[in-house]
Amino acid sequence: MEEILRVEGLCKTFTLSKKQQKIERTKSKQKVAVDNLTFTANRGEIFGLLGPNGAGKTTTLRMLATLIKPDKGDAWVDGCSIVAQPEKVRAKIGFLTSELKLEDFFTPNYLFDFFSNLHQVDPSVMAERKKSMFERFGIDKFAEVKVKDLSTGMKQKVSLVISLVHNPDIIIFDEPTNGLDVLTARTVTDYLQELRAEGKTIILSTHIFSLVEKLCDRVGIIINGKLTHCDTLQAICDGLSLEDRFFEIYKENEDLTI
Amino acid sequence: MKINNTLTIIKKEFTRFFSDRSMVFTTVIMPGLLIYIIYSLMGDNMSESNFTVEATEPTTVYVENLPPSILPLFDSIPMNIVTHDIVSEDIMKQLGDKENNIAYMIFPENFDSLVANYVPASETLAPNIKIFYNSVNDGSSMTYHMLDGALNAYEDSYCNRFDVNRYDDADSPSFDQSDESEVISNVLSQLIPMLLLMLLFSGCMAVGPASIAGEKERGTIATLLVTPMKRSQLALGKIISLSVFATLSGLSSFIGIILSLPKMFHADELNMDTNLYSASEYILLLLVLLSTVLVLISVISNLSAIAKDVKQASTINIPVSLMMIVVGMMPMIMGGATENPTLYLIPFYNSVMAMTAVMAHEATVLTLVLTICSNLVYAGLGAWILTKLFDSEKVMFGK
Repeated sequence: MEEILRVEGLCKTFTLSKKQQKIERTKSKQKVAVDNLTFTANRGEIFGLLGPNGAGKTTTLRMLATLIKPDKGDAWVDGCSIVAQPEKVRAKIGFLTSELKLEDFFTPNYLFDFFSNLHQVDPSVMAERKKSMFERFGIDKFAEVKVKDLSTGMKQKVSLVISLVHNPDIIIFDEPTNGLDVLTARTVTDYLQELRAEGKTIILSTHIFSLVEKLCDRVGIIINGKLTHCDTLQAICDGLSLEDRFFEIYKENEDLTI
Repeated sequence: MKINNTLTIIKKEFTRFFSDRSMVFTTVIMPGLLIYIIYSLMGDNMSESNFTVEATEPTTVYVENLPPSILPLFDSIPMNIVTHDIVSEDIMKQLGDKENNIAYMIFPENFDSLVANYVPASETLAPNIKIFYNSVNDGSSMTYHMLDGALNAYEDSYCNRFDVNRYDDADSPSFDQSDESEVISNVLSQLIPMLLLMLLFSGCMAVGPASIAGEKERGTIATLLVTPMKRSQLALGKIISLSVFATLSGLSSFIGIILSLPKMFHADELNMDTNLYSASEYILLLLVLLSTVLVLISVISNLSAIAKDVKQASTINIPVSLMMIVVGMMPMIMGGATENPTLYLIPFYNSVMAMTAVMAHEATVLTLVLTICSNLVYAGLGAWILTKLFDSEKVMFGK
């Protein structure tokens, strides 16, 4: 399979404020969020980063999306370095997280055009893509309704569509079903499978076992910033359920101190 | 591609701004309208309190030792004179109450002979007339001033040997040979730059923090940061569009001031010419204003980018507003624009001085070029810093 993402020795350390030190219950002023992460993802596969809260999944994805810079290491998205060519990387990826919000003053129609322009999408392609995406997610009836007047589920669908205006080859989703109602969550997971069928690569982070079992071709298990396992589900689980195997791995690595 | 993305951001900011009627009203229309209404009302109020006499009951003036020779002087003063049964203590007590429209005048006994025998060159004190009044009571205060004026005129006439600047007839030329418009220009040149700077600052504050710190607070700026657009394009797009809104706000205030000035100075009553400036001077003023807005908006944008939310951005910008007041007062303190060219390199100070010079018809090419060019350099520097801030994960995503 063709490799489309290569991550090599990615490291990220944050400096903690006194308030954060209290929350983290630590006296250390530094927190290693990601420690020497190395993995690859192939074209047309769904790669899942599985780990508990605070394991470093979101930090990893934010580095891949070039929102934050790694302290050490690099990653190449379709041959472009996240350190040296951040604009090129951003042109190749679609990034969606609950942190990213849409300006609620605008309509889905306006936002689609606006983000398409920022991604330099050809106007004729943009119109066609908007039509099909809006129909696919039922946004067409709300295309001229301001985001602030949309339901939460519809807002999330609009966010998903906006993140994919440029039809990227790599889609990075941080907790894709987090906070979604069951109907929207189903729509999203179905769409991710459709995207895989189209040959897109999806990197997602989650702590939901069923989601990994349903979607992911390969999984990286991340605990305390370190990637402990990275393989296909079958290879990792070795006959056990993912949940049981994860807790085994977690116990094995409980003493992982950073 | 570079221009495209900057234009896309500008277009979005314009759509956001001009589609929001309440924002357009509060930022562009309301400042000018409010200034026009407030200044016009101030003018009317000043007119009523300074130039017209409210019809009140005539003041009762108690007079002790009133010399008959003086009586004709008071014919034109609307007052009731009481010369009998005066109890000094009672009157002084009544004067302490602001509700009593009274005054109390005491002439020295034998006033006429004292005045006739007084030798100005001698070391003895001249006969003294005492007038007690209550300045808080309009009638009492007004009567005092009229009595004072009449008596001083009488005193002048007593030993009048020559006149100074007497107008013999209506056609006499004015003794003050200064151009009337120059006098007004001089007043305006010291007053308007401060007002303009404050109004521009208000305009920038109305749009800057909401557009930068507001987007950060709402999480919408992160959505922009994951697009392929360069941070510099985002910074430039924000600064240009915000400058336009702030300029519109400043222009609205400026128009409000210009339209209300004739009312404030009662130009129609005084036959004052309000066309003080030429078109080229207005253009120069506009260029200085535009360059100032660019610097101001880049400062406010940078401070707003550092802030976590709009509230914090407003707080961080308070020192800038205080600085604007101090800098704006410089022409009044210094009595006009400085002639030292190097001082025209100091941001904000240069703008105030350049505006003062233009409005006093004293602007030079060198100082204007220095002001506008240095402001463009500072605005460019501001855009560069904003780019760096947009690129900083600590600033954009720090908690």
